[in-house]
Amino acid sequence: MTATLQPLTALQAGQKAVVADLTLPPEARGRLQELGLVVGTPVELVRYALLNDPLEIRFRGYNLSLRRHEAEQIYVQPIP
Amino acid sequence: MSSGGATGMSSPKTPPTALRGPGAPAAYLFITGNPNSGKTTLFNALTGLRAKVGNYPGVTVERKEGRMQGAGEGRQVTVLDLPGTYSLSPHSPDEQVARDALFHRIPEVPAPAVVAVVADASNLQRNLYLATQIIELGHPTVVVLNMMDVARKNGIEVDASALEAALGVPVIPVVASSGEGVPAFKRAVNDIIQGRRSAVGARSFCEPSAPFAAEAQAVAAGIPQPVTPQHSLAEALLLLSDDRFLESSAGHYPESIREAIRAARRRLEESGVDWRSAVIESRYQAIAAIQQNVTREATPPGHTFSDRLDRVLTHKVWGLLVFVAVLAAIFQSIFTLAQVPMEGLEHGVSWLGQHVEAWMPPGALRNLLVDGVIAGVGAVVVFLPQICLLFLFLGLLEDSGYMARAAFLMDRLMTKVGLHGKSFIPMLSSFACAIPGIMATRTIENQRDRLATILIAPLMSCSARLPVYTVLIAACIPDRELWGGLRAPGLVMLGMYGLGIAAALGMAWLFKNTLLRGPTPMLIMELPPYRRPMARTVLRHVWDRARLFLTQAGTIILLINILLWFLVSYPHNQDTRTRFEARRAAVQAVPPTATAPEAAAARAAELARIDAEEKGEVLRSSFAGRLGRAIEPLIAPLGFDWRIGIAIVSSFAAREVFVSTLSQVYDVGDEDDPAEGGNKLAGVMRLEKRPDGSPMFTTLLGVSLMVFYVFALQCVSTIAVVRRETASWKWPLFQWFYMGALAWGFSFVVWQGGRLLGWQ
Ligand SMILES: Nc1nc2c(ncn2[C@@H]2O[C@H](COP(=O)(O)OP(=O)(O)OP(=O)(O)O)[C@@H](O)[C@H]2O)c(=O)[nH]1
Ligand SMILES: [Mg+2]
Repeated sequence: MTATLQPLTALQAGQKAVVADLTLPPEARGRLQELGLVVGTPVELVRYALLNDPLEIRFRGYNLSLRRHEAEQIYVQPIP
Repeated sequence: MSSGGATGMSSPKTPPTALRGPGAPAAYLFITGNPNSGKTTLFNALTGLRAKVGNYPGVTVERKEGRMQGAGEGRQVTVLDLPGTYSLSPHSPDEQVARDALFHRIPEVPAPAVVAVVADASNLQRNLYLATQIIELGHPTVVVLNMMDVARKNGIEVDASALEAALGVPVIPVVASSGEGVPAFKRAVNDIIQGRRSAVGARSFCEPSAPFAAEAQAVAAGIPQPVTPQHSLAEALLLLSDDRFLESSAGHYPESIREAIRAARRRLEESGVDWRSAVIESRYQAIAAIQQNVTREATPPGHTFSDRLDRVLTHKVWGLLVFVAVLAAIFQSIFTLAQVPMEGLEHGVSWLGQHVEAWMPPGALRNLLVDGVIAGVGAVVVFLPQICLLFLFLGLLEDSGYMARAAFLMDRLMTKVGLHGKSFIPMLSSFACAIPGIMATRTIENQRDRLATILIAPLMSCSARLPVYTVLIAACIPDRELWGGLRAPGLVMLGMYGLGIAAALGMAWLFKNTLLRGPTPMLIMELPPYRRPMARTVLRHVWDRARLFLTQAGTIILLINILLWFLVSYPHNQDTRTRFEARRAAVQAVPPTATAPEAAAARAAELARIDAEEKGEVLRSSFAGRLGRAIEPLIAPLGFDWRIGIAIVSSFAAREVFVSTLSQVYDVGDEDDPAEGGNKLAGVMRLEKRPDGSPMFTTLLGVSLMVFYVFALQCVSTIAVVRRETASWKWPLFQWFYMGALAWGFSFVVWQGGRLLGWQ
C-alpha cells in the first residue's frame, strides 16, 4: 500500500485522493490537521495557479489554498 | 490569569440571584467562531452597530463591544465580537485575541455569561472543531448555526435539534444576514443568563488512548487556576497536545506545570503515541460521526455557482488578466464617473464663497472665511465623490469574496519578495487607507512578515492621495488621447498607483532580505465561496467612510486651514502696503483722458496686476512664506519652489491638505468660476509662472510632485497606528525616514533626469 502513496502535487486538477501521511514540520502539520486535513480525509485537487504554485484543494466541504512546498509533504492515496 | 470580575469564578450554572436583577452589572456575551462564519454580521444584528463585515477570513482583527438591543428582563447584555479563529491554538495576533478572551486573559473583559460559537452550517465539520473545543471549556455555550440559507441552497439539511442532542448545548439555526432566527437566539441568551436554561456542556469530544488520558489527568490536577474548575481536564488536554497553546501562554502557567508537560510528552513519545495528532484526529472522528447523523444531503454536491465562477477568476491565465483589468477599470472609473458630481460640488463651493464675499463687510474675518475656510476646506470636500466611489468598489471586492482570490493569484509574486499572498490583502485595503491595511496585518502569523507588510502598506496609494493626484493631473497633464481610447490623465493616474505597488514590492523584498530576514512564510488560506455583495453592507460602509471624510474636513482640516490662513496672511507689513497703495494711487491719478474702453480696460488690468503683485509680496513675507523659503534649498533640486514647499509642510499631517494649501496660496477663493469647467484650482495653477516667466506647473513638475506624494509618509494617523501596532517609536520613525528618503530620491531623479533629457 505504501508503494502507491504520492505527494499531493502529483495529482491532476480534478483528481481525488485520501490523505495518508503528513510529513510537514509540526507547526504547519498542526494547522492543517486542525483545519480537518487529518489522515483518512478525502481530498480533491481543485486547481493549480500559474506555474503550479500555489494550489487549491477541497476537503470536508470547503476550499483551501496552499503552496507547492507544503503540498509536496502531504502524501495521499489516489482514488481511482 | 486575571480575575474575571464579579461573575468570573462563580459557577456559571447557578449564578447568585443578586446578579440577575436590573441593577446587576452587564452580562457578557462573547461571539466567537471560525473566520468568515458571520460573527460580525450577528454582532451587528444584535447591537444595531455597523462593524465591518466582508467575505474573506480575517475582517475582524480586534475585539469590539456593543450593547444587545432589546435585551429582556432588566439585565444589560454586552456583546463582544471577536476575531475568527480555527482553534484554541493561536497562530496569529488576531487569533490570540479570541483565545485570550475565552481564557480570561484580557483584564478589561470579564468572564462570559454566555459564549456564542458561530458555526457555518454549510461547512459544518471544520466549524464544529472549534465549537467542540469551546464546549469542553465549560462556559455556558450556545452554538449559532449560521448560513442556514447557504446550506439549504447547497442541498444540505441540518437537523438542529439532533445537533443539540449530540453537542449537549443549545443550537440555534439562524441566517444572520437577514435576521432570521436572531430573536430566538436572543431568547436563548436571556434564558441562560436568567438561569432558566442550562448551557454548560458535559460531553467530551475526543477520546484519547488510555496512557494519554492518564497523563492528562495528572496535568489537570496540577493546573492552579483552571479556566472553569470543573473542566480542567479539557485545558490539560490542550496543554498536553498543543505546542502553540502552551507557547502562546507565556506567564500563565507555572514552570512546574511546564516541566510536567514536557515529561509527559516524553513518556508518550517513548510509548509511541503521537501526542500532537492524537487529540485532533480523535476529535475529527467524533465530529464526522456527529455530522453524518445530523445532516442530510438532499442533492449530491454538484458544482456550485462559486466553483464555476472560479474556473475563470482563478484560472492560470484569465485570472491574472481579469485581476489587472479589474484594478484598471476601478481606477479609471473613479476618475471618470466622479467628474460630474465633482464639478457640481465645485460650483457649490464657489457660489458659497462669492455670496459670503458679497454679504460680509471687507476685513480680516471675511478673508478668513472666504480664503481660508471656504476655499481651503472646499478644495478637499469636492473630492467626496471620488472617495465614495473608491470605497464602493473596494467594498464590492471585499464582500464578494474576491479578496482571497486576489491573494491566491498574487501569491507567486509575493513569494518572490519573501511574503505571502495573505500580505496582499492588507496591501489592497491600503488603497482605501493605510490604517485598515495596517490593522489587517494582524492576520499574518509571523512577526517579521507582519512588520514588513506594515512598513510597505503606506506605499500603496490611499484615498488621501486621490485629491493630490487629481489636481496635479488636471493642472499639469494635457488631456490627450493616447492609444485605443486611453487618455493621458487616466494613464498617469494608473501609473502612480502602479509605482506605489512596485515600490511596495521592491521594499518588501529589500526588508525581507536585510532587516527582517527570514524564510518565506507558508500560505494556508481558506477560499470562501463567492457571495452576492449585500447592498446594505457595502452602501453603509461607503456612507460611514463618507461621513468620516466630511467630519475630518470639518474638524482637523478646518483647523489646519484656519491656522494656515493665519500663517499665509500675517504678519502684515505696513511698508509693503504703503508702497503698493502709492503705486495704485499713481495709476488712478492719471486723468482719464478719453472715455475709450481700451484705456479703461488697460487701467483695470494694471490695477489687477498690482494687486496680484502685492499678494505675492505679502505671501512671500508671511510666516508660511518664510518657512517655505527656508526649506526651498532642500526641495529646489526636485523642481519645487517655496510655495509648493508650504504645501508639502502643511500636508504633513494629512495629504489632502495639499490641495487646500495650494488653494490658499494661489488665492483661489478670489477667482471667478473657470469658464471651461474642470477643477478650478487646476485652472489657476495652469496660469502660474516661474520668476523667469516660464509656466510653473509643467508636465515634468507635475510628475515629480506626484512621485513625491507616492512615497512620502504624510499622515499622522498612520504613524500613530504603526506606533500602536509595533509598540515602539522605532518602526514608525524608521518608516517616516525611509519613505521620505525615497520620495526625495525619486523626485530628484524624475526632475533632474527629465531636464537632462530636455523634457518639460
Ligand atoms: N448568505 C449568508 N451570508 C452571510 C450570513 N451571515 C454572514 N454572511 C456573509 O458572510 C460574510 C462574512 O461575514 P462576517 O460577519 O464578516 O464574518 P466574520 O465571522 O465576522 O468574519 P471574520 O471577522 O473575518 O472572522 C459576509 O459577506 C456576510 O455578508 C448568512 O447567514 N447567510
Ligand atoms: Mg468579523
